[in-house]
Amino acid sequence: MIEIRNLSKSFIDKNGRVDALKNINLQIEKGDIYGIIGLSGAGKSTLIRCINRLEEPSAGSVLIDDKDIMKLNNEEILKIRRRIGMIFQSFNLLSRRDCSQNVAFPLEVSNYSKEEIKARVNELLGLVGLEDKRHSYPSQLSGGQKQRVAIARALAAKSDILLCDEATSALDPSTTKSILALLKEINKVFGITIILITHQMEVIKEICNKVAVISEGEIVEQGTTFELFSKPSHAVTKRFLSDKSLEGTLSYTPQNSGAELYKLTFLEESAHKPVISQMVKRMDIEVNIIAGHLSSVQGKSYGNLVIEVSGESKIVAEALEYLRENKVFVEVLADYERVE
Amino acid sequence: MKELNSILLKLLELMPQPLAETLYMVTAATIFSVLLGTPLGIVTAISEEHHMWPHKNLNRVLNLLINITRSLPFIILMIAVFPLSKLLVGRRIGTTAAIVPLTIAAIPFVARLVENSVKELAWGIIEAALSMGANTRQIIFKVILPEALPSIVSGITMTIINLIGYSAMAGAIGGGGLGDLAIRFGYQGFQEDVLFGTVVVLLLIVQLVQYLGDKIYKRLIK
Ligand SMILES: Nc1ncnc2c1ncn2[C@@H]1O[C@H](COP(=O)(O)OP(=O)(O)O)[C@@H](O)[C@H]1O
Ligand SMILES: [Mg+2]
Repeated sequence: MIEIRNLSKSFIDKNGRVDALKNINLQIEKGDIYGIIGLSGAGKSTLIRCINRLEEPSAGSVLIDDKDIMKLNNEEILKIRRRIGMIFQSFNLLSRRDCSQNVAFPLEVSNYSKEEIKARVNELLGLVGLEDKRHSYPSQLSGGQKQRVAIARALAAKSDILLCDEATSALDPSTTKSILALLKEINKVFGITIILITHQMEVIKEICNKVAVISEGEIVEQGTTFELFSKPSHAVTKRFLSDKSLEGTLSYTPQNSGAELYKLTFLEESAHKPVISQMVKRMDIEVNIIAGHLSSVQGKSYGNLVIEVSGESKIVAEALEYLRENKVFVEVLADYERVE
Repeated sequence: MKELNSILLKLLELMPQPLAETLYMVTAATIFSVLLGTPLGIVTAISEEHHMWPHKNLNRVLNLLINITRSLPFIILMIAVFPLSKLLVGRRIGTTAAIVPLTIAAIPFVARLVENSVKELAWGIIEAALSMGANTRQIIFKVILPEALPSIVSGITMTIINLIGYSAMAGAIGGGGLGDLAIRFGYQGFQEDVLFGTVVVLLLIVQLVQYLGDKIYKRLIK
């Protein structure tokens, strides 16, 4: 388990002070595929690099299995890094080593014997499906193959945590899918905890069970992937999701002045009940459905409706309360959220 | 035709010893300067502020040292290190003695080239090695040196070519070699054919070094 407590990091450079991380708190369980999403410059790389202390935090602590890695001496840092694999957007393979030599690197560093190295390299190249490329050099590989070698290398020294810094950002969509599938498999088969940072919501949607949204050095929202997709609360998250259910709301002009637009979210349990028609039957209001969309994340579905409700304000309030009682999530749609 | 033959014969008779002296000076100075300049270049590169082994003051001293030595004209350096030559090889002038100033002139040159080769490496590969728990020594020998090797080889090619030029100057103050031959026969003795022959031989050596250097570089790059 990895616990990040009150973690802060400031850089001092020519232009002054940059607070790259501000009081970050995260809890990552063993076996999680934990996604951290944010725009460029949000502090993602800085955060992930604090986990293996490639970056020295300014304050706070990182606990790995209850051990505070901020208290480790240099020798111990090298040891703990050998347990934590890391892959990068630019792969960072050694150009003058072939695939098997690249995978052997962390094993050489950790003083494995020649026989062990050979066996382990074969095993890992098999795992990532590149046995036939063992004598190829990185320049002879495609981006996806390079990332596979990098994954094999990151796991070679029996790491149980894998950090991924924009690992698929340099890859085309279909290669991204295959790399994500490989990560998922590794997570499932070996129980390796994966922490990945990305600026692509698709990556989160594809494999993460939990996710945190980072913006300007702060975690603005976190939860399970389903929660985040179905009920995003922070503006940054909503922007990332580019919600299909809101399409068409921008050009809509209200039928009655003063009427508000509401965004309703139906999660699985409420999705099958005729809540809206019940509400209209019971109360003296008018409902105008403006937009709607049914989505699913990792096999779980949820629906959104945008409606205009008009009627006496007291009754409207009661109607909304009725929806909430029936486990429908209700938000007032802010003007800035409307889309074309 | 007859004349050309006689010129060739004369050159064949005169050339071997100075040629051997030049090759001897250049080879020895190359070996020593690479052995001393490479570690100096690596330490200078990695001791920089944002590199993997930041040591600000050491870095300043090394840079100063390299700059001072590089800014000295070779002819002055040659005379300035007479005492050192005497100490190391027992003589102030002569072919072996000339190796000392040649080496000293080439060390900072090699150091700068190696430093640049190291700094050119993508930081990502060093970071990846750090993330795998490699220590400084492992990163130098398993990442930095092998990855920078092709670029270092081109640097060494340039160093050799420079040393061939410097060695001719060393000839002027009793170092022997092709430079000495050109000065004695061509400049002082007005034998233009010898001067011309020397130029051609020097040109051929430089071409050969460049050719071999490029060839090795291409083989090293994957
Ligand atoms: N070594 C550094 N020196 C100064 N500022 C830095 C350094 N590294 C990162 N930063 C700054 O910290 C912020 C977060 O950077 P980073 O973690 O790389 O963001 P992300 O990975 O989300 O794009 C940025 O404003 C960046 O300019
Ligand atoms: Mg980044």
